[in-house]
Amino acid sequence: MKEYFNNIYLAFSTIFIGMMVTFKHLFVPAVTIQYPNVKPQLPSRERNRLYVNMDDCIGCDQCARACPVNCIEIETVKSIPGEDLGQTTNGKRKALWVTKFDIDIAKCFYCELCVFPCPTDCIYMTDVYEFSEFERDNLIYDFVPLTEEERIEKKENHEKFMAEKAAQKEAELKAKESKNNSQDKK
Amino acid sequence: MIFDFFTKLTGSEISASIISALLPLFLFVLPFALIAVLLERKVSAHIQDRLGPMRVGYHGILQTLADILKLIQKEDIIADSNDKPLFNIAPVLVFAGSYAVFAAIPFTSSYIGSNINLGLFYIIGISGIVVIGILMAGWASNNKYTLLGAMRSAAQLISYEIPTLMIVVTILMITGTLNLNELTEMQSGFFWNWMIFGGQATGIAKILLIPFMIVGFVVIYISTLAEVNRTPFDISEAESELVSGYHTEYSGMKFAIFFLAEYANMFAVSAIVVVLFFGGYLSPIGYLGNTLGLPWLIPVEQLLWFTFKGVAFVLVQMWLRWTLPRLRVDQLMAICWKYLIPIAFVNLLIVGLITLI
Ligand code: SF4
Ligand code: SF4
Repeated sequence: MKEYFNNIYLAFSTIFIGMMVTFKHLFVPAVTIQYPNVKPQLPSRERNRLYVNMDDCIGCDQCARACPVNCIEIETVKSIPGEDLGQTTNGKRKALWVTKFDIDIAKCFYCELCVFPCPTDCIYMTDVYEFSEFERDNLIYDFVPLTEEERIEKKENHEKFMAEKAAQKEAELKAKESKNNSQDKK
Repeated sequence: MIFDFFTKLTGSEISASIISALLPLFLFVLPFALIAVLLERKVSAHIQDRLGPMRVGYHGILQTLADILKLIQKEDIIADSNDKPLFNIAPVLVFAGSYAVFAAIPFTSSYIGSNINLGLFYIIGISGIVVIGILMAGWASNNKYTLLGAMRSAAQLISYEIPTLMIVVTILMITGTLNLNELTEMQSGFFWNWMIFGGQATGIAKILLIPFMIVGFVVIYISTLAEVNRTPFDISEAESELVSGYHTEYSGMKFAIFFLAEYANMFAVSAIVVVLFFGGYLSPIGYLGNTLGLPWLIPVEQLLWFTFKGVAFVLVQMWLRWTLPRLRVDQLMAICWKYLIPIAFVNLLIVGLITLI
């Protein structure tokens, strides 16, 4: 009998306590962040989408080699004499045309290993984290500022230059040889 | 009452009965369900320190409308092994059962669907149809979870009917009438004439009645809460164990009808509690219409009071739902058979003795 009434008492007192708790929470300000309208404050060291500042990139390929999943692809072409590519902000002379700088961000797993080896600090993490796409190919980011024609032109320039150089060398070689030959005959 | 009015207005009994049957649905039940669904989501959200729907309209006030639009567009799926006729009738029956209750509920002194003498008896009888509908839905879905849910629901409804009836009989012994309009009028005057404060009884009997009336109110509130299958008594639709029970297989509008019936039921049971214990549509403090000398204002005020009291109890139901965990089946039965029924019975006895004084 005592237990019976104790049970009733317990039921009501615990329900009452519980209801008081929920009633208090009714007036606690909500912790919800209205996400697309209000962005949450991210920690300052968060790792999100990569960005490459191509003005500073010297095409040294260090980042591509550091990447554990090989999602950075870099191709470079040597500049020909007379072309001035300018300098990076920390005073390094740029000598290479970067004709391809693709980051496959779908493969990237945000380890930040590519960021540290860069000699000019031009590849870094941004705070952009909303970059979903409907096509997977759109996730391959091309950072090169040159147009398609310019890239071909740079490559051709370089090939032409190399060909000219080779031709020059050959000519020199021939000239030398013919000189030698003529000397031998004498 | 309202029927006579419309008969005079339209000159035909058929159109009058159709109008008076549809009136509470479109003027009261549908708007109430719309608001209550939103209210439920808002209350639950704020209790859990969230915000709830915020997108559609200011603070999401149009969310339910958007939901209904979505539900109307949805495909009405009927699985191959469903028992089609029963499957289609079940939601109609459930809604009919819970809507029929509104026929005998006095919204104001001048509006009651049907002023029958057996009002209370009718309400308790007709709400039994809901059980049939639920069982039908569970059986026709041909799915073990829905059947389990339906069986639990039937067991629960039938057991909790008993304490409800005991308390109703307790009230009956004091008032001596089953007519809800008369029952309400008997509590007129100020709020100390409400049943929870002993009704029209005078002297020592009134003081003696108050604690037992409060016990009666608590018992009937718990048992009606169980009858509408709401947490903590929602084992029949337990989302986490039964994939929401008897309406698992329903989609689109049929699901919406179940939902509507649930909210209509919530208000119906609150209304019954209000009529039995809290003076129905009566104002606790007198009417503005009387002081201003505008007799037509009184029914409007009464409707407001009735809605206010009903919604207050609906809010408590929601508050309970987001506070308490679900009971186990054995606990559910224990509460009913070991606690509510004996208490209600003893209460009945004591109140009977007091009324002899
Ligand atoms: S963050 Fe890691 S995975 Fe992504 S590109 Fe850099 S090195 Fe590769
Ligand atoms: S390490 Fe820096 S400078 Fe070198 S290729 Fe990568 S981004 Fe360019």
